[in-house]
Amino acid sequence: MMFIRLSVFFAGVLAALFLGWAALVGVPGVQIAAVPPQPDLRPYTFEQAHGRQVYIREGCMYCHSQQTRPQGFGADQPRRWGRPSVPGDYFYDQPHLLGTMRTGPDLLNIGARQSSRDWHLAHLYNPRTVTPQSLMPPFPWLFEERAAEPSETVVHGRFVANRDGLDLIEYLLSMNRTYPVR
Amino acid sequence: MSDSLLPLRREMDERAALPVLLYFGTGILWLLAGTVLGVASSLKFNAPDWLGSVPALTFGRIRPAHLNAVMYGWASLAGAGCMVWLTSRLCQVPVQWRGCLIASAALWNAGLVYGVGSILLGYSAGVEWLEFPLAAVALIALAFLLYAASILRTFSLRKVDHVYVSLWYILASVVWFPLLYVVANLPIYSGVVHGVVNWWYAHNALAVWFTPVGLALAYYFIPKIIGRPLYSYYLSLLGFWTFALFYNWNGVHHLVGGPVPNWLQTISIIASVMMVIPVLAVAVNHHLTTLGNFRMLRTSLELRFIVFGAMSYTAVSFQGSMESLRSVQETLHFTHYTIGHAHLGVYGFLTMILFGAMYYITPRVARWDWPRPGWISAHFWLTAAGILIYVGATCWGGFLQGRALNNPAEPFTDVVELTRPYLLLRTISGVLIGAGHLIFAALFAQVLRRMGPRREEAVTP
Repeated sequence: MMFIRLSVFFAGVLAALFLGWAALVGVPGVQIAAVPPQPDLRPYTFEQAHGRQVYIREGCMYCHSQQTRPQGFGADQPRRWGRPSVPGDYFYDQPHLLGTMRTGPDLLNIGARQSSRDWHLAHLYNPRTVTPQSLMPPFPWLFEERAAEPSETVVHGRFVANRDGLDLIEYLLSMNRTYPVR
Repeated sequence: MSDSLLPLRREMDERAALPVLLYFGTGILWLLAGTVLGVASSLKFNAPDWLGSVPALTFGRIRPAHLNAVMYGWASLAGAGCMVWLTSRLCQVPVQWRGCLIASAALWNAGLVYGVGSILLGYSAGVEWLEFPLAAVALIALAFLLYAASILRTFSLRKVDHVYVSLWYILASVVWFPLLYVVANLPIYSGVVHGVVNWWYAHNALAVWFTPVGLALAYYFIPKIIGRPLYSYYLSLLGFWTFALFYNWNGVHHLVGGPVPNWLQTISIIASVMMVIPVLAVAVNHHLTTLGNFRMLRTSLELRFIVFGAMSYTAVSFQGSMESLRSVQETLHFTHYTIGHAHLGVYGFLTMILFGAMYYITPRVARWDWPRPGWISAHFWLTAAGILIYVGATCWGGFLQGRALNNPAEPFTDVVELTRPYLLLRTISGVLIGAGHLIFAALFAQVLRRMGPRREEAVTP
């Protein structure tokens, strides 16, 4: 004996998927799509956008989140990682990089927290040169070995950042959502 | 079951052999590749400078390569092979449209090579679970549709009036997954909405494909091997529909505390807790059917894997419902605890059931019995011990990590230091699991090459 008419079965199965989509994607999509960008949020420059692609390419989001939690929920506020983030902070993010892990610290406001280009250069070349306890991988391929121009920073005695490395740092320094929410 | 079914079963197994072994064989290759990528990812935490100057082998590339290789490679291919065989058995009709299945296996593998290769070479799309570039997505979507066409064709020619509960899950998954996969991969989302789509997809990939595969197999093999009917057939009906209704709404619990509307987080948490209903229905059916027959776990190695998987399903589901709560998420979100939970589900539940099912199906379609039963037992103990250590280390270490993260007096570097022993334990457990996989792959190769004593008639179809 048939458990239920097949047409009813497939209609039910599709309705179940559709309901979940409507609730989790459809309605919030309409609600959040109506949110304008935060007025103080700048679109990414060409260099920052390229640096963001390097961030994606090297998989930074598997250890670093880009979302800050409200007061009373976790310790983001007392750790001064930045005010709770809002949808308008992410207007220009495609793809999103919210992240779900904090093997390393949250980076939503890393540009405000650590604004030294030289620190980032040394850290990216090998994180353990500035933070001995770090588990972060080194990224020597963001550097090249050549004679440095006077304006360039030399790390590890003989390396200077290449385009990818410089743009990644431009992106990290642009990470600053400390402006007040309006 | 009367012996008159034996010739039909033999015919079904013969017709299923080529596509099923193709899915299994390539699935096992992806299991091995995924294991190497996983263990290497874990080892990178113990020795961050190891292979540190090779861009393709940096943690941020091999970690998503691991996930994609084991999910879309191993679990999907092995799962598809099992579903093809099971649909034929439950419909009492030989596998239809075998050409579709062979093309499906080929396209699927092409998509995987392209996709995993893209991640390693730095062309990831950058969205967790959706890292593959669109060309790889198109290949895999097409491969799945070909697989679905064959399943539906076989089903439409069924010689039985009764549609067993395993088939409900199979039929639902073949219409659910392609829709979900295509909608989530559309390149139209940005900002927070993209985050919501991301986790709607990632949790639903489990809901509409991976979990139905595992449950279809458990629902079939537990009563089949034990030789007694399902504890309550009506309960399985309730379990299926509540599963279909609630699981879909779970995804946003991955963003609790994040910049998404509160109401949205709340409904996902509610739906996650509601999952207790389908999980209880499945648990009662699986465990009460097994109850009183535990001695069979000594004799049936297939059953040993499958019962381990069914128990993991109950455990991981209750863990997940509990984990979604705001007060629990406050501590466990962003930690290795989530990784432990994910592995208890995809490994402890799904992969162990796939192993059990493949140990049952392979000798029947290959018409050659496993040459070394002792190795199967070794495979079980290595992987069972490995996954228990894995889940224990990541969950306990993750809990301590979450508590430390939430203590603002604790410097971040101390939080990192605290996790080190657990991350080392994780690598060790990964090596145990990998050893089990090597045994499994060697056994599979021995069957394909017809090694060991000649006793093909020893396998009852």
